[in-house]
Amino acid sequence: MRYHTPASFEDASAIAASASGVTRFLAGGTDVLVQLRSGMVIPDDLIDVKKIADVQSVERTEEGGWRIGVAASGAQLGANTALVAEWPGVVEGMELVGSTQVQGRATLTGNLCNGSPAADSVPGLVAAGAMVHVTGPTGQRILAVEDVPTGPGKTALTKGEVITAITLPPRGQNGGDAYLRFIPRTEMDIAVVGCAVSLTLDGDRITAARVAMGAVAPTVVLVPDAAAAIIGTSLDDPALEALAAAATAACNPIDDKRGTVEFRKDVAGVLARRAARIAYERAKG
Amino acid sequence: MSARRDKTMSKTHVTTSVNGETFEFLAESRETLLDCLRNHLDLTGAKEGCGTGDCGACSVVVDGTLVCSCLMLGVEAEGKSIETIEGMADGNELHPLQRKFIEHAALQCGICTPGILVAARNLLEQNPDPSETEIRYWLAGNLCRCTGYDKIVRAVQDAAAEMRGAA
Amino acid sequence: MPKDERIPTSGLIGTRPNRPDGLDKVTGRARYGADFSMPNMLHAAVVRSPHAHARIVKIDASRALALEGVKAVVTRDDFPTGMTGETWNLQENTIAGDTALYDGHAVAAVAATSALVAGDAARLIEVVYEPLPHVTDVDQAFAPDAPAIRAGAADHSVSTDEGEPVRPNVMRKTEFGRGDVEAGFDAADLVRGHNFRTEATHQGYIEPHACVAQMGADNKGEMWVCTQGHWWIRRMCAAVLGIEAAQLRVTPSEIGGGFGGKTTIFMEPLALALSRKSGGRPVKLVMSRSEVLRATGPTASASMDIQLGMKKDGTLTAAKGVFRLQGGAFPGAPVGPAMSCAFASYNLPAVQHLGYDILANRPKCAAYRAPGAPMGAFAVESLIDEMCQELGLDPLEVRLKNAVREGVKSSYGPTYGRIGLVEVLEALKAHPNLSEPLGPNQGRGIAVGYWFNHGGETSVSVAIGEDGTATVSIGTPDIGGLRASIAMMVGERFGIAYDDVRVNVVETGALGVNEPTHGSRATFASGKAAVISADSCIKQMCKRAADKWGIDEEAVEWVDGAAQPAGANAGEFPPMTMKQIAAKMGSTGGPISGHHETNMGGVGASFGAHAVDVEVDPETGFTKILRYVVVQDAGRAVHPSYVEGQFQGGAVQGIGWALNEEYVYGEDGRLQNPIFLDYRVPVASDLPMIDTVIVEVPNPGHPFGVRGVGETGIAPPLPAVANAVARATGVRIRSLPLSPPKVLAAIKANARAKATG
Repeated sequence: MRYHTPASFEDASAIAASASGVTRFLAGGTDVLVQLRSGMVIPDDLIDVKKIADVQSVERTEEGGWRIGVAASGAQLGANTALVAEWPGVVEGMELVGSTQVQGRATLTGNLCNGSPAADSVPGLVAAGAMVHVTGPTGQRILAVEDVPTGPGKTALTKGEVITAITLPPRGQNGGDAYLRFIPRTEMDIAVVGCAVSLTLDGDRITAARVAMGAVAPTVVLVPDAAAAIIGTSLDDPALEALAAAATAACNPIDDKRGTVEFRKDVAGVLARRAARIAYERAKG
Repeated sequence: MSARRDKTMSKTHVTTSVNGETFEFLAESRETLLDCLRNHLDLTGAKEGCGTGDCGACSVVVDGTLVCSCLMLGVEAEGKSIETIEGMADGNELHPLQRKFIEHAALQCGICTPGILVAARNLLEQNPDPSETEIRYWLAGNLCRCTGYDKIVRAVQDAAAEMRGAA
Repeated sequence: MPKDERIPTSGLIGTRPNRPDGLDKVTGRARYGADFSMPNMLHAAVVRSPHAHARIVKIDASRALALEGVKAVVTRDDFPTGMTGETWNLQENTIAGDTALYDGHAVAAVAATSALVAGDAARLIEVVYEPLPHVTDVDQAFAPDAPAIRAGAADHSVSTDEGEPVRPNVMRKTEFGRGDVEAGFDAADLVRGHNFRTEATHQGYIEPHACVAQMGADNKGEMWVCTQGHWWIRRMCAAVLGIEAAQLRVTPSEIGGGFGGKTTIFMEPLALALSRKSGGRPVKLVMSRSEVLRATGPTASASMDIQLGMKKDGTLTAAKGVFRLQGGAFPGAPVGPAMSCAFASYNLPAVQHLGYDILANRPKCAAYRAPGAPMGAFAVESLIDEMCQELGLDPLEVRLKNAVREGVKSSYGPTYGRIGLVEVLEALKAHPNLSEPLGPNQGRGIAVGYWFNHGGETSVSVAIGEDGTATVSIGTPDIGGLRASIAMMVGERFGIAYDDVRVNVVETGALGVNEPTHGSRATFASGKAAVISADSCIKQMCKRAADKWGIDEEAVEWVDGAAQPAGANAGEFPPMTMKQIAAKMGSTGGPISGHHETNMGGVGASFGAHAVDVEVDPETGFTKILRYVVVQDAGRAVHPSYVEGQFQGGAVQGIGWALNEEYVYGEDGRLQNPIFLDYRVPVASDLPMIDTVIVEVPNPGHPFGVRGVGETGIAPPLPAVANAVARATGVRIRSLPLSPPKVLAAIKANARAKATG
């Protein structure tokens, strides 16, 4: 395995573009090393992005949003009080990935690019309207985060493309988000169902919302019907029931060692209600 | 260990600090930090229990952050400052956590103990007065199959109290 | 052992000194199986079948052997033929013959100059398989039309009577009981019968199996290995390799957990064979976690049909059980112990057991903490609880009403001597947890459990040092505090300080045969033998004093660490301490040692009773453990902290088994959860503190009254948690684990049934 430490994203992209065989980028390594050790994926070229400038930084954008470096760990995100105050749902999603030790290394970008339908950080990013910045052989582009995963283990990135940053829009006033997942223990499990809700209030009424579900389809699902069910409401019981029904309807899950189809559909509705309530309380401040 | 090498695997020279001492070793690119600590530096305190980041028996601290050494490559240790269980005692003077673990019988077979001690020390450095819940969630990535965690949590609580008292 | 020479002790027994290996273990110095290296060492990797059942057509290692750094490849052809019985089973499991019998079954192994090269080489070994039909579920394997895993291997107990369907995977059938069960059911006010199922679980020790083995062309060898029993490892390796056991020297490392799973061999002969084939270079073989889960020895899965008769006042009138257990692709599922323990807590006028040992395409099962007992406990204790609910009876009172006592004939044959079930139940009844108020969606479950414990082959030696200290050589590896307890017992016996006793776990060349640290026997058997050995030393030291004083040996007694004249008639001599006698022993007759070898008798059984409170989220089926208490009879707790530790550890393994742990096989017969991510053992945040109460009803068969305690504790949690969940949700689930999807589905089905009336 050839181990590369490029000093720029252009160099990283060039190495990946010209590599033949199996290529992987290395940020936190909490997925790549597991796959390497088990023999599942033994890269011919491993491109470590951590020597590139600013990859660990977490800072405001000019518009008042956030730019998160590709090697910023979950622990670093959790320690950033301003980020946690504005986007608790995004951060808590990332903070649920693995153990304290995994948090010390794992990254949003890695969690996204590993392409697991159950990735804990992705629903929160989708609900927040995060964008992914990419550079590649044909130049730069920006994708909505929900457009990156294309199937289990697969992303929309083409050969030679590398993510350079994830950005969050400005939170604005009276906004709140939350991420909940269902796991059979209290920690250390892959989400059986994940749900993120981000919403904005005007007084008691929800004026904008995004609802994203994880682990209930081949990729994370943005559910416009679920958002529509609560927009214009004060999240009363009928709205919550309609939300739950929409969340359940959006599921296209499988039976596997973690849950049944029926279970995932039921719990999707339950989590949507619970996450929406938390986001609502947070938006109220 | 062997001087022989396969032509397709070239090694990288790594210089790193472990428990305050500078070390150098040659790492195959596919070797984890755990492999390098155990096989090149003879620091066998960190254990491989799972190889997937699920058990915490390989826990070390890198530049102040608690990590699984099985989830880092040896080549990534270049220029880093690493703390392992072997550096926890100050010569013959045990860290309060180590003493309390023995006193409270917070170990039975002991295989998880180095990882848990490293993790617990890192917790107390950041949070000197953790609640029982905070201890349990911090240590959720450190599996113990022998003790049921009860005496481990009590030992951490007792060590934290002693360290607060001494502070 | 005369009755009046027992128990009361002063000083050490019952105190909590620091364990002697504590310093090594908290500093990372202790050397476990994978921590050992030897000069010129090679590393091994194993090639394993990805099929549940397949004919092995061809193994081509040529590309592997061509890789630089590869020194040897072994297959079954490198092992002797002509084995029979259990040796054949062990050899077949170590490395497949013409058929791969389970996903993970070893088919070849390679030794190379580094672990990475060995792994690469293993991937280059090409194996051609022809998949065969497979079966993994116990009831499907029991069926007459199941794919036959080993035709014609059933033993004489499996009848070939006409009218009896031929079940190709049933290896053994066991029946026993007494009394008229049908009459007992007739006399009952309530008779209930149900099927209960448990899934296979793994012991889950955090240390994967590891060894460093060296063997020359002369078949003399050495091995360093993490094991619970190195004499068994020596015997099994020698048998499988066709070498002489005495020529193989096995040294145990510190062990990172065993729970029964390290009492046998899995890959050790592969390392020895590779060593011999590579010209005698040492070979290190360390299993990965997925190899451990796929290819070591989980416990059996079980399907049990239990029927009980109960009177309105809670008296049990009869019990009947049919137990089907699969132990993998080899005979040896723990059906016998499952049946022996299932009804053992109850005084029954009539009881019948029928058990089947069944093959399935799964790894060869090994012992797991009270093998078989948790399965039977889940079934019986759940059914009793259901019947208590139906009759409106208090479950704890019903246990007391039917509890076995001294002199009662057990359900499995022996008559009980001194036992402590009633004391345990009374102690549980008095525990404050049982009066904690319960809120919505919360429920309390109680259950009892039993393990008969074991004596077994024991060899111990005690040597007096020139400075009057004692060195104890034992053959039972220290899994969780044993050396402390042995040092306490020996120190107590000699009347010397705890720190003046050093306990070593020695290699196979240094003692006679020892059974492993299993069967809850180490503190009991090695302890008793150590005490007897110490007594022998004391007798010799008294003789040295007697000789010096010129009096009769019988006139000297040992008190508080010294020899003294036994009464004024013997003479007026100042006592001679152990230190004084030892300092002169070279010139007074030579070194002083005591030893004891026996098949240790005097075993005392241990009963336990647990209570657990849970809260179940009715919308998700998630179960949270609110509080947990273990009450168990230890006979005499030599070191209470380590007895509490056994109680807590067993309880938590049982909680994991009840809630989340299971072997998940796909349609293709492959293990779907071979890593800790989806093989879900309890983590620290899943649990509250585990309260413990040590009951001491001394075992007359041990000098200090010790009963083994390690195993009983895993049996009650399975039914206790199930009973608590049943009471929290109003719905009874009769299969484990109580995973959230299963619980939620049951809650919903129950709600639908209630709604439709």
